[in-house]
Amino acid sequence: MLRQIEKVGIQYIQPDGTLTPEGEVAWKPIERPLKIEFYKWMRKIRLFDQRSIILQRQGRIGTYAPLQGQEAAQVGSTLSLNREDWIFPSYREHGVAMIAGMPLKQILLYWMGRVEGCRPPEGVKLFPPSVPIATQIPHAAGAAWASKLKGEPSVAVAYFGDGATSEGDFHEGLNFAGVFRLPVIFFCQNNQYAISVPFSRQTATETVAEKAAAYAIRGVRVDGNDVLAVYTVMKEAVKRARTGEGATLIEAVTYRHGAHTTADDAGRYREQEEAREWVELRDPLKRYRRLLEAEGLWSEAEERDWEACCKQEIEEAVCEAESAKAPPASHLFAHVFADLPPSLVRQRESLLRQEEGR
Amino acid sequence: MAQFTLIQAINDAMRLALERDPGVVILGEDVGKNGGVFRATEGLWERFGDDRVIDTPLAEAGIVGTAIGMAVNGLRPIVEIQFLGFAYPGFEQIVSHAARLRTRTQGMFPAAMVIRAPYGGGIRAPELHSDSTEALFVHTPGLKVVVPSTPYDAKGLLLAAISDPDPVLFLEPMKLYRAVREEVPEEAYEVPIGQARVVREGEDVTLLAWGAMVPVAIAAAEEWTQKGVSCEVIDVRSLYPLDEETLVASVKKTGRAVIVHEAPRTAGVGAELAALLQEQAFLWLEAPIARVTGYDVPVPMFALEDAFRPDAYRVSEAVRQVIAF
Repeated sequence: MLRQIEKVGIQYIQPDGTLTPEGEVAWKPIERPLKIEFYKWMRKIRLFDQRSIILQRQGRIGTYAPLQGQEAAQVGSTLSLNREDWIFPSYREHGVAMIAGMPLKQILLYWMGRVEGCRPPEGVKLFPPSVPIATQIPHAAGAAWASKLKGEPSVAVAYFGDGATSEGDFHEGLNFAGVFRLPVIFFCQNNQYAISVPFSRQTATETVAEKAAAYAIRGVRVDGNDVLAVYTVMKEAVKRARTGEGATLIEAVTYRHGAHTTADDAGRYREQEEAREWVELRDPLKRYRRLLEAEGLWSEAEERDWEACCKQEIEEAVCEAESAKAPPASHLFAHVFADLPPSLVRQRESLLRQEEGR
Repeated sequence: MAQFTLIQAINDAMRLALERDPGVVILGEDVGKNGGVFRATEGLWERFGDDRVIDTPLAEAGIVGTAIGMAVNGLRPIVEIQFLGFAYPGFEQIVSHAARLRTRTQGMFPAAMVIRAPYGGGIRAPELHSDSTEALFVHTPGLKVVVPSTPYDAKGLLLAAISDPDPVLFLEPMKLYRAVREEVPEEAYEVPIGQARVVREGEDVTLLAWGAMVPVAIAAAEEWTQKGVSCEVIDVRSLYPLDEETLVASVKKTGRAVIVHEAPRTAGVGAELAALLQEQAFLWLEAPIARVTGYDVPVPMFALEDAFRPDAYRVSEAVRQVIAF
C-alpha cells in the first residue's frame, strides 16, 4: 500500500507499471526502439552506480555521489535533447553525462580525482559537474541567451537538486530567463533531501514548480520516477524553448535511494520506513520494466543479456581508467593559462627540480 | 581532563558556549539532526533543540546575512560554512557587512559572530572542497582570522572567538580533525586571539606555519635537528591580528625564516609575514626569507593534491637553502 507522501505531479506510469489514461496517449506515439532505450539506459546507469559504490569501498575511486533512484529523471530528460543542446549538470548526473556522450572511463577518472574526467569528447556540450550548489543555473541561462542572440536553435539545461533552490543563483538564473525569455530548461530533481536537510526545511512552498510563477516562466511538477512522464514533459519544455516561448522549470519528484555521498550515512536522518517505500514501491526501473514486459517489449532473457553486456562495458571502463597513465606532478600547471606567465614557468621548474631531488 | 581530537574539542567548546550563554545559536547546513558533515555539532541538536542548533536552507548568503541580523539584535551566532570553498555566496555579507558594521555604525551595531569553516586539502575530498583562502579574509579589515592546529588550541580559540566582540573567522584544518588526541581540560578556557604559539624552540632557523602545515613544519624541523641544525617552529595560529612580537623576536634570534602555507603563493599570508619580518628584523636576517607554499594554480583535484601541498621534503629543502645562503 502506497502512502501519499506527497503529490508527485504528472504521472503516466503508475508504480504498479500500468499506464494512466493520459499515459496511454503519451505512450502510443513513441517508437518501439526508444521505449526499449529508456529501460536499457536506466539499467546501465544503475549498474554503473552500484559498481562505483563498490569501487569506492575498495579504495579504487574517491568519495562518490550515488544516484540510484533518480535514473528515470535523468534518462527521460536527457533523451529529450539533441546533440547541439548544452547541459550544465551537478555532481550527481552521471546518467545524464553518459547519455550526453561522456565515456564511462572519463566519469570514473573524475571520481578518481583526476581533472581529465571533466573534459567531454569533442562536440559534446556537457559542462563539468558543478560542485558549488546552484552555480550552474545562471550558466545555463547564459548559454541559452547566447544561442538566442546568435539565432541558433539549441537550448540549455541546468540540472540541480532541491537544495539548490535556496541559493541566490537559482533565483537570479530564473529571473534572467524570465526577463530575456531564454531557451533554457531548469531541471530540478527533487530527491527530498539536501544531504540531511529535508525539503520542508528548504522552502515553505509545497513544491519547487510553483516558484516559476515569480519569474513568469512555466513551472511543471512531474513524477521523477516515471520515465515516460519525464520524457514527455521535458520534450514539451524543449519544444517551447526552441520555438521562442521561453524557459520552463521542471520539478521531477524523486528519491535518492542511497546516501548523499559515500562519505554520508543516510540512516542518521531518514526514516527507514520512508526509504523502503521509495525503494520497494516507487522504484523507476521496476515500474518501467513491468510496463515493457506487459507490452511484450522485454523479457528475462533480454534482461540477462543486457546486464552482461553492461557489466562488461563497465569493467572495461574500470580497467581503462585504472590503467590510465598517472599524471605527472607538473600537470598542475597544464591549462592554467593559455600562455603560462614567467612566474608560473619558474614555479613549474622548481617543482620539476624538487621531483628530481626526492 | 579528557582525551579529545581536534573536532571533538570544537564540539566541546560549542557545547559549553550553548550551556553558558542562552544567546548562543548555531546555524548551518546539516548542523542539526545530522550533527554536521564532519560531526562538529554531534549531539548538540538533540541536547539544545531546533531553535538553538538550526539546520538552515542551503544558502550561505542567507546563513551569514541572517546571522548578522541576529548578532546586532543581541544573539551570539556561530555559523558553520560546510567547506571554506563554499563560502563565496556569503562572501559579500562577510566583507561588506560583518567586517565593517562596527565602523559603519560607529560602534552602535557591531556584528559579534563566529564563522567556522573546514578548509585545506590532504583528505582526498571531492573537487573544490580543499581550498585555502585565508588570505581573502585576512585582507578584509574588521575581521579576525584564527586557525588552530591542536585540540587544546581548537577549544580555547573557539571559546575566545565566541566571546570576542568582533566577527571571527575560525578556520578548521580538515586534515587534522582526527589526526591526534590530546589532553584537553574539561572546563571552559580561552586561548587569546592574537597570540602565536612557540611549538618548539630552536636557534638556527624559524619555521612559521599554521593549520595542517604545522605538523609538516615539525617533521622538517625534526629531520634537521638530527643533522645538528636547530629549528624553532611557530604555529602562527592567529592570522589576524598577528602576534608580531613573537614572530619578530624569533627571527631576530635565529636570523632565518621559512614560511609554510598550503594556499597559493602569490599574495598569500606568507607574503605579509615576509614583509613584516623584513620591516622589523632586517638587520638580523642572515638569508632571504623563504616561502614554501601551494603553487599559483587552481587547487587540484585529489589525484594531484600531494604534488600541490607542501610536504616535509619541500620544507626541508627550503631550510637547506636558508642555511646555505
